[in-house]
Amino acid sequence: MKLFEYMGKDLFSSYGITVPRGRMVTTPDEAAKVAQEIGGTVVVKSQILAGKRGKGGGIKFADNPEEAREATSQVLSMVLNGHKVEKVLVEEKIKIDKELYLAITVDGSAKKPVIIASIQGGMDIEEVPDEHIVKQHIDLPMGVPPFLCREISRRLGLTGQVGNEFNSLLPLLYKLFREKDAELVEINPLVISGDTLIAADSKVTIDDDALFRQKDIPYVEDRTNIEKQAHDLGLAFVELGGDIAVMANGAGMSMGSLDTLSHYGGKPANFLDAGGGTGMEGTVKAIELLLQTNPKVIFINIFGGITRCDDVANALIQVKKAREIPVPVVIRLVGTNEEEGVRIIKENGMEAYKVMQEAAAKAVEIANAN
Amino acid sequence: MAIIIDEKTDVIIQGITGKQGSFHAGQMLAYGTKVVGGVSPGKGGQEVEGIPVYDTVFAACEENQVDASVLFVSAIFAKYAAFEAITAGVKVLVIVTEHIPLHDEMEIVEFARRNGTTVIGPNTFGIVSSGKCKIGIPPNQFFVEGPIGVVARSGTLTYEIVGNLTANGFGQSTVVGLGGDRVVGLSFIDVLEKFEKDPQTKAVILVGEIGGNAEEEASLFIKEMTKPVVAYIAGKSAPPGKRMGHAGAIIERGKGTFDGKVEALQAAGVKVATLPFEVPDLLRQVLK
Repeated sequence: MKLFEYMGKDLFSSYGITVPRGRMVTTPDEAAKVAQEIGGTVVVKSQILAGKRGKGGGIKFADNPEEAREATSQVLSMVLNGHKVEKVLVEEKIKIDKELYLAITVDGSAKKPVIIASIQGGMDIEEVPDEHIVKQHIDLPMGVPPFLCREISRRLGLTGQVGNEFNSLLPLLYKLFREKDAELVEINPLVISGDTLIAADSKVTIDDDALFRQKDIPYVEDRTNIEKQAHDLGLAFVELGGDIAVMANGAGMSMGSLDTLSHYGGKPANFLDAGGGTGMEGTVKAIELLLQTNPKVIFINIFGGITRCDDVANALIQVKKAREIPVPVVIRLVGTNEEEGVRIIKENGMEAYKVMQEAAAKAVEIANAN
Repeated sequence: MAIIIDEKTDVIIQGITGKQGSFHAGQMLAYGTKVVGGVSPGKGGQEVEGIPVYDTVFAACEENQVDASVLFVSAIFAKYAAFEAITAGVKVLVIVTEHIPLHDEMEIVEFARRNGTTVIGPNTFGIVSSGKCKIGIPPNQFFVEGPIGVVARSGTLTYEIVGNLTANGFGQSTVVGLGGDRVVGLSFIDVLEKFEKDPQTKAVILVGEIGGNAEEEASLFIKEMTKPVVAYIAGKSAPPGKRMGHAGAIIERGKGTFDGKVEALQAAGVKVATLPFEVPDLLRQVLK
């Protein structure tokens, strides 16, 4: 779950990490009020769950409350990178002497948290050459003790008061990372302003699987309508925009189905992992979801281990009886209770395939013919 | 012969009285796995499919030789269930559970490492040494003994590939499910090393997917292997930034792409199948 910048900054603040003075607002009037409180030049920053806001004009400066009102009015009507802007963060413009990069994330390969830091802040970290990136894995039982902070400061060339500030900040960031079940905490840029370090931006992602124990953090929706419905049903769903609706049991199986359909020239409408052991009710709901993508054909690919082929077949027939399925369905059934599943499909006037690539080719043929 | 588990492995099932645990206990027994006990706090003294249930892992270990444990506990309780098995000295832990919090997974893997415990998963279908022992949830009928080692990140896709192998006369030595999460215990390299040393294994199938850099890392080891490797990587059509089901299957910040993985594997001499059903043909080619 990605957090908006203002939410991440609130978290930083609560852990003792300095952020620019400011507040999130949703109207131009509120923006003017905040600008008045802060005094002087402010920055009006669109709050969306995507980067590159500046390029789209989503970050504006304002020298007085009236300009802040005007800038907010403009920004609130924008759609940046496909995201509608509904909130802005109005904050003080800070003096930037230098920009650093600091992040803590999980290195899957090392199976540990890792600190990533660089003196080239304020730009895309992917474009910073490796020689300018400092990486330090964190041993979980040890955490981030003072010596580790001093060493990272040294590698970044930070000295004096700024060095001390960095050594205080890093353990706080790590504490936040661990206590809030974060997948990523990123400060880019971490600004050196005189002798102080200020987190000028914030990118925090909370582990979706840990939300049950992070109830203090408000839920941030980042899914499309259909994706949200799927999630509420316990299904993994991604919209892809094509015309062949796809359902498979298992994430790898779903990806494999998409790959095979694409190979034959088809355009999948979605990724849907109906999961193992979804049962009939879940399968009915999954098929209903697929129909919302307005496909030309539905492709169901089941290799049943824990998933039973007869469950899937019965679900399909149930949906057919309850409401018309306005498009052809190509179904492939192999595995547990395969014979029973195929029998049910045939009894209802449909074909059931055994070989995945044959079923996929048929689905593509139907989609491209219409 | 075969790796990690074999016909002598004694297994306990944590969470045996739950819906999944009890169903798969029966399936594992039917496959021939030596399931010696189950653990479910407060249910000690009961029986599931004739298997004695204990209150704690220690209790199960007091009465039985226990070589491995499989976890069928919910995500919220998985960390301490794993810690319990590790503390009790169980040396192989198969964690089927999906949606375990990432930070819990890091802690499990770290604790296991310090205690010399092998962790398979989390979010795995398990491990099958065909013809000898099955720990986990894959369907029994597709796993037949033979010379092909299989190591995979995905579940049902692996059944598809194993099903194809069996249908083409290629039996398996051991099939290992690494799990679909970002942080897992055994990695591709760990398993490839074992296959390289295993006399029964003559070739290896690697089933990967987008996200992370496990396949790229594996390529470095594969260069040094004497046994041939054939791979299939899922997710060619996946858009960046979107999690494709598995917690670990996401292309982020330019890393973990399909093309990157295929390039790395091919540079190591691996034949990469474009589609799942091409694997047996490629295997035939490399075994000539």
